[in-house]
Amino acid sequence: MIRFTWLQFRMQAIVAGSALAVIALVLAITGPHLASLYDTTVIPCAAQSDCSAATTALSDADGTIQVALTFLLLAVPALIGMFWGAPLIAKEFETGTYRLAWTQGVTRTRWLTTKLGVGVVASLTVTGLLSLMVTWWSSPIDTVNAKFFDPLVFSTRDLTPVGYAVFAMMLGVAAGLLMRRTIPALFSTLAGFVAVRYVMNSLVRPHLMAPLHRVLAINARSPLDMGETPTGFQVTATTRGVLPGDWVYSNRIVDNAGQAPTTAFLHRACPLSHASAQVNYETCANNLAARFHELVTYQPQSRYWTFQWYEMAIYIVLAILLGGICLLWIRRPA
Amino acid sequence: MTAVIETEGLGKRYGRRWALHDCTVSIPKESVVGLVGPNGAGKTTLLQLVVGLLTPTTGAIRVLGERPAGSSSLLGRVGFVAQDSPIYEGMSVAKHLRMGAYLNPHWDSELAAARVTDLGLELDQRAGSLSGGQRAQLALTLAIAKRPQLLVLDEPVASLDPLARREFLQSLMEVVAEHGVTVVLSSHLVADLERICDYLVLLDTSHIQLAGEVSQLLTTHYRITGPRRDARTLTSSQHVIEESHTDKQSSFLIRTDEQVLDPSWTVTSITMEDLVLAYMGQARDGERLRNSGLKVVS
Repeated sequence: MIRFTWLQFRMQAIVAGSALAVIALVLAITGPHLASLYDTTVIPCAAQSDCSAATTALSDADGTIQVALTFLLLAVPALIGMFWGAPLIAKEFETGTYRLAWTQGVTRTRWLTTKLGVGVVASLTVTGLLSLMVTWWSSPIDTVNAKFFDPLVFSTRDLTPVGYAVFAMMLGVAAGLLMRRTIPALFSTLAGFVAVRYVMNSLVRPHLMAPLHRVLAINARSPLDMGETPTGFQVTATTRGVLPGDWVYSNRIVDNAGQAPTTAFLHRACPLSHASAQVNYETCANNLAARFHELVTYQPQSRYWTFQWYEMAIYIVLAILLGGICLLWIRRPA
Repeated sequence: MTAVIETEGLGKRYGRRWALHDCTVSIPKESVVGLVGPNGAGKTTLLQLVVGLLTPTTGAIRVLGERPAGSSSLLGRVGFVAQDSPIYEGMSVAKHLRMGAYLNPHWDSELAAARVTDLGLELDQRAGSLSGGQRAQLALTLAIAKRPQLLVLDEPVASLDPLARREFLQSLMEVVAEHGVTVVLSSHLVADLERICDYLVLLDTSHIQLAGEVSQLLTTHYRITGPRRDARTLTSSQHVIEESHTDKQSSFLIRTDEQVLDPSWTVTSITMEDLVLAYMGQARDGERLRNSGLKVVS
């Protein structure tokens, strides 16, 4: 069965392989330049203690390729689900060839298991290699930018793309099996994949691990921002005390009970001076410091790999569940 | 004679409609079985139950003594060509043969290669570009080269022109003669099957109306014509399947195990087509009666 699966899949594998080769070529040509740029501009600048010019230049280097790679890694898993996953069974139903395929000397379960196996290995290889290349190519830029938890970076480096691809593949197969039509299955796969990615990004990922808290006392030198806003007088603090690569959830001014200062309190604590119509910064900071502190809620940069593993594992588990559903469904009485 | 296919009260329901109902039949080994019936009678349903593409709603079915499609070993011993001969349009003829070789334990690659050569198919031709006849022949080749014990063909000639139809049935008969395989093939045209099958199953209105060896069926059914008389006046051993009357004459198609002795009858033998049409007419009358709420008197 594996030889037959390969016979049918060979063309798609060749297409994917060629695309990967082209991308590899582009990255191999441009990558060393980025690395040398890092070595010759960013590293020496540390000694001169002003790196802003060097880092800006590096993070803007090859901008088109950066954008293209991000887009590619976001799109490839969805494309795998749509064009490898969805037609896998749906096309057999659509063209009636399931009547040929499932009456050969191979049980339906083995037919599907092998097809899924080959599909998963192929998606894993393609996205794995792509992610590896892109992670290598972008490493100087990523080091400088230090935005490891930025959704566009987190989802396009290291392990996560592999999890997305395997999941999208299975989602496509399941949609094709349930709908039996390629085009509807294809678009449902896209919609489902985008929905799951969105929910994971915004609702699940922040809760994968309890965030850390850092308490900072307020004093006259605290970088506070104070002023009237449409919702009333407010005081906010510029985030500090964390590493540039940390993922900051929030930075709030709160009391021991976790309450933010009320507007009434702020009006009392930070009266406008009659002369300048400005808030006296020091008075305000000192009055706040008596009851309030800064609370930074964040995920430390050191948890990057834990989050990568968690994220990938969740998608793999979802993929396994979908695969199980497919196997049960294909064996069910028809 | 052992049974290749055995069904007991077999039924398949789609929603509220029974595509096949209460079907009990036993198909003997090494026969060529014609499954006849009008479109929508349940032929495809029955054949797909045989090859395990469908599972029964009620009743039981055994194919070569096993549950259909229950094991790869059984799947390897049953050849099937579905209606419209599905093939992978994007795959070449050669790749189809490799598929057969990879997926079937008893694959006969010499037989497959020889048939492809005989049929004049190009190995690197895309299957999608084959003509209807070539497509059917390719599908048949895939099924035959499995060296099956049972070959199931669903309307194999329906889409073929008369010439291709004859060639297809001819090559099928060669295979039967050479390999001693049991063949079940369906058609809505009796004429296609008349010359080749030695066992007949007639399916109509989701029920089996008639099943038996052709030679036996043809020697137990007669058309009798004579002066006009009522069906009730016939002897009890003569079962009327079809009757027609003019002012002076009556004509009956009867089933009887005894000889027709009454000299007032002109007895003629019948063809398979007559037989099928008579039983189908009877089934339709029964259906009409059932639908109109009348009781069927049999």
